[in-house]
Amino acid sequence: MAQKMTGAKMVVQALADQGVDTVFGYPGGAVLPIYDEIFQQNGIRHVLARHEQGAVHAAEGYARSSGKPGVCLVTSGPGATNAVTGLTDALMDSIPIVVLTGQVPTFMIGSDAFQEADTVGITRPCTKHNWLVKETSKLSGTIHEAFHVATTGRPGPVLVDIPKDVQFATDYYTPPAKANLGHYQPQVKGDLETITELVEAIEKAERPIFYTGGGVINSGPAATQLLRELVEATGFPITSTLMGLGCYPASGDKWLGMLGMHGLYEANMSMHGCDLMINIGARFDDRITGVLDAFSPGSRKAHIDIDPSSINKVIRVDMPIVGDVGHVLEDLLKVWKARGRKTNSGAVQKWWGQINEWRAVDCLKFEQKGKVIKPQYALSRLEALTKKHDRYICTEVGQHQMWAAQYLNFEDPNRWMTSGGLGTMGYGFPASIGVQMAHPDALVINVAGEASWLMNMQEMGTAMQYRLPVKQFILNNERLGMVRQWQELLHGERYSESWSESLPDFVKLAEAFGAKGILCSDPDTLDDAIMEMITHDGPVIFDCLVTKHENCFPMIPSGKAHNQMLMGEADTQGAIDAKGSVLV
Amino acid sequence: MSPLKIKKGANSHSAYNLRPNFSDVQETHTLAVIVDNEAGVLARVIGLFAGRGYNIESLTVAEIDHSGKLSRITVVTTGTPQAIEQIKAQLGRIVPVHRVNDLTVDGPSVERELALFKVEGTGEKRVEALRLADIFRANVVDSTLESFVFELTGPTDKIDAFADLMRPLGLAELARTGVAALSRGA
Repeated sequence: MAQKMTGAKMVVQALADQGVDTVFGYPGGAVLPIYDEIFQQNGIRHVLARHEQGAVHAAEGYARSSGKPGVCLVTSGPGATNAVTGLTDALMDSIPIVVLTGQVPTFMIGSDAFQEADTVGITRPCTKHNWLVKETSKLSGTIHEAFHVATTGRPGPVLVDIPKDVQFATDYYTPPAKANLGHYQPQVKGDLETITELVEAIEKAERPIFYTGGGVINSGPAATQLLRELVEATGFPITSTLMGLGCYPASGDKWLGMLGMHGLYEANMSMHGCDLMINIGARFDDRITGVLDAFSPGSRKAHIDIDPSSINKVIRVDMPIVGDVGHVLEDLLKVWKARGRKTNSGAVQKWWGQINEWRAVDCLKFEQKGKVIKPQYALSRLEALTKKHDRYICTEVGQHQMWAAQYLNFEDPNRWMTSGGLGTMGYGFPASIGVQMAHPDALVINVAGEASWLMNMQEMGTAMQYRLPVKQFILNNERLGMVRQWQELLHGERYSESWSESLPDFVKLAEAFGAKGILCSDPDTLDDAIMEMITHDGPVIFDCLVTKHENCFPMIPSGKAHNQMLMGEADTQGAIDAKGSVLV
Repeated sequence: MSPLKIKKGANSHSAYNLRPNFSDVQETHTLAVIVDNEAGVLARVIGLFAGRGYNIESLTVAEIDHSGKLSRITVVTTGTPQAIEQIKAQLGRIVPVHRVNDLTVDGPSVERELALFKVEGTGEKRVEALRLADIFRANVVDSTLESFVFELTGPTDKIDAFADLMRPLGLAELARTGVAALSRGA
């Protein structure tokens, strides 16, 4: 007969049985019994964040870089509400994380007790699913179910709210094998009839394009391999969303670069001009499509997605395939090979001729002149000096994020952690901590803007405490660059509240935490400074002073189509009409 | 047909063909949503409607299988065909939702609503109310010298019609259950 154990011990046991090695969290009254259990074991490392939002983003970074669910443990009330931004971020980007929250004792729920909040109520719309566990007998089973829901189907954040009396009470532990996982079993195999229809379209297509997204990466390494095989075998061009960077190597000759609002000219023009669009694990986000009326006219569209609600949400597609990317691509390749590996190679060759003309525009070209570092130059040098490393890149949100997506090259999946859907400033630094925990020996760089970075700068304490050598590469333009860019283009150059006043001395700030600070403002010393950052064994804050009023191009302005991109400053006059300025 | 019941191929080869497909026509659909009867499940469903801006015209919910802990939520909603498809897909991805049936497209169905009408009045109006109740086969479930409470079961338009007739005759209060619906046949 199994021994009874306390709910708190069950939590630690369940995490261990789920293969969890790292938990990011912050203690408080309502989770003290669980922290007491964590204290008395060595199997699970606890990383003490400096703010619950940081803990959740760190768990996200851990999950995205490792492919394993990230785990987070916070207290009731403010602990839970501070986790909300991270939960929403993970929901938008389909990141599997399991957040455990403490709750006031069951008999006090509803009494406005100290540090009470309706956590499951608050987090219902920002989790894939959540549970309030009122009986210790159900606690371990619920945690196993939570891991199941977080990691199957379209991944996402889940939350288990555990009242303090449930943590103290004792009952029997349910091992994962005996847990009731409910009926949640999303379909992973795609409809063969539609897959065959897509194969027929692939055989005939004259101007095809693969439009890939985060779903490829979420599906796992097998999906990435199959995608690469498919691209090589068909010879079709491939572009990717911000979320999908790395699913196809940037060095591959079929690679067109990122698409979308700040995507590459050749990628957007190809999307606009294609006759067959094969969407693999992307969701026609509004940053991708531009104005819907003019989105890729004249193309037949296939959409592979594990979430049925993503299909026909914004763009009506001709070939909807509900299923896991890996499974569908496997079947797709099988059918295509069985039918003789045919493509319309003559026409595709011609298509490449057109694409190469667009490529020749060289939309990312810039000129580094003068004594001020251009942000594009800083990232080009960072790319050149780090590409040989086992390198993981996080970003905050804004211009630097788009430049990083444009100028850094990703050869493999799970190497690029950025807040895509929610656009959370303050994401990158804590995420880099989670990545470094998952990959202790890797080079982890957070490309940041000074304003975003300040939003979660308290995590310097975490980086120092756990000796995590995360490199904070701050492109400091003393502006909220993207806000400023929109104000310039859309609001008559009235720069309302979009500059960073009273900035800290970042070198001194680093030193105050016991870390290394590097200041660089001269293009001639940039390489040496970056090398100094890379070779330093410990956290670094790199304050890279860059051009203050640089705009991020190419850009599809609001209300415009893929073939109406702004390529540079000369294009910006009157580019966005009143209707477009209403759009975000 | 795909599992989504989306017509494939058809004529939508270009985004310019979106208009006819994404029509502006508003349709009313009755959805039956079978869910685990657990705490907060109704909040998840109506939170989805509120959060994504969908309409709820009528909502009924009750446990239908005590041992299996299942509830049936019948929701009548309006929207463009595309919005209705989205509503069904979004409902389908709520974890405790077992299945979503669109009774409006899945074939013939029966829809019933129960309503209680309190009609106050004396003299000729009172007699007329009772006469109409008889025509509509409404039951009198409570009676005083100045009032009746009628119970009426039927499709929504029958309830509406009876309510319209009762209004000038002294309709004081009206309680409706909302629609319960089942598909016809085996």
